[in-house]
Amino acid sequence: MAQYPDSLKYTKDHEWTRISGAVATIGITAFAKDQLGDVVYLELPEVGATITRGEPFGVVESTKAVSELFAPVTGKVIKINQPLVEAPEGINDDPHERGWLIEVMMSTPAEANDLLTAQQYNELVAGEMH
Amino acid sequence: MALRTPLYQAHLAASARMVEFAGWDMPVQYKGLIEEHTAVREASGIFDVSHMGEVMIEGPRALEAAQRLVTNDLSKCKDGQAQYSALLNERGGVLDDVIVYRFSPERLFVCVNATGREKDFEWMKAHANGATVTQRSDDWAQVAVQGPLAPALIEALCEPSVIDLAYYHFREATVAGIAGCIVARTGYTGEDGFEVFCPPQHAEKLWNAVLEKGAQPAGLGARDSLRLEVAYRLYGNDLDDQHTPLEAGLGWIVKLDKPGGFIGADALKAQKAQGLSRKLVGFKLTGKGIARHGYPVRAPGSSEQIGEVTSGTMSPVLKEPIGLAYLPSALSKEGTLFDVGIRGKPVAAVVVKTPFVTKEAPKSAAAVVNPKGA
Repeated sequence: MAQYPDSLKYTKDHEWTRISGAVATIGITAFAKDQLGDVVYLELPEVGATITRGEPFGVVESTKAVSELFAPVTGKVIKINQPLVEAPEGINDDPHERGWLIEVMMSTPAEANDLLTAQQYNELVAGEMH
Repeated sequence: MALRTPLYQAHLAASARMVEFAGWDMPVQYKGLIEEHTAVREASGIFDVSHMGEVMIEGPRALEAAQRLVTNDLSKCKDGQAQYSALLNERGGVLDDVIVYRFSPERLFVCVNATGREKDFEWMKAHANGATVTQRSDDWAQVAVQGPLAPALIEALCEPSVIDLAYYHFREATVAGIAGCIVARTGYTGEDGFEVFCPPQHAEKLWNAVLEKGAQPAGLGARDSLRLEVAYRLYGNDLDDQHTPLEAGLGWIVKLDKPGGFIGADALKAQKAQGLSRKLVGFKLTGKGIARHGYPVRAPGSSEQIGEVTSGTMSPVLKEPIGLAYLPSALSKEGTLFDVGIRGKPVAAVVVKTPFVTKEAPKSAAAVVNPKGA
């Protein structure tokens, strides 16, 4: 069950973040994709756009449902996973690696300290399963 | 708390994700929507549709009474045949879409949507004209077994044989050892297959027998994407009391000239004489995105809303965004371009012919095998 890598940080909205210096790579967790069902469509911001912590920055859709993506941190988008936009089903197989969405240059790197650890996120998800 | 079908435990055992639908705790998916969708298109799937309701209309005047209630012509429906139909209010708005099973002119069985269990029953009873109308919803569980492998699968469980049944015909049979089932060659997926009504205390036995034969459990998610690919209407999305069956493209189940008429016929005649101002059409998005129920429709480049999306998804078979929408009649022709507002942005769409996915119509079984020589 514990499929949430310790190397990532998490939000209660089920995004993950990999922090490397001032750069944050962002995706959705295995729990999010399981809840949503097969992902078939992605809408991401453009490179150069600014995203703001807690605000929607894009949309992920399954055949059945639409779900907004919420920014874990504030910053400027420096890269998007274009192959994934063209073939969003990549998220279904590998949400924590190949299913990354965007890379962001954080404007306030200290925000990363507020994110959840893998253990905290596991507890959150365990609570939502009931 | 949401209601549970007799198959609730079976869904949990099959690792279903449950959601509330029309007041019922129903499986939205098991393994995954696309896998279940594909199983039904290519092999076989089983759906629990026990949330749907059943009403019996009986008595010497049952046929006459039923004729007044529904839009289609039951005098053209033989005993042992079923007919797709609609219940309308006096203004011609759709109260529900139903299937009527004609056992005899004195005994007609009506399958209604989950949302119609109480309201359809009360309405039919109030307009029954001397026939006896009975609520039978709790007396039946129902499963739909659909897909190219479904007919042989169900046939192997049935006594007597049902494989000779043509599309929209039914028979009482013993299924998986369960006496008193009703087996109908109907469905909501565009595939061949059967729907089986069974006494609720035996539903799990039936479910397990069908699984053992290799059918994939399929949830409401796949049911919705399958029906939308063949443009079957969903009550509450594409059909409601604000739209008539003529506007909804269901003119083929409306028999305005049948003897005795039906409730709502006058309003439909007036609408027909006047011409339809709007129509339900199929469309594809040519721009990026997925249209969903309730999204606004606009003329290209305009900000004025002229219609509304009623259903939409990413078609698992076509891998294209498809949907149904009400559009002004002038814009309802195939090839017409319009915009769908998705999160505030216009996305280009084009009116297309339906069904989106074309399958051979389920063959009249007589053409395949005819074990009874009948």
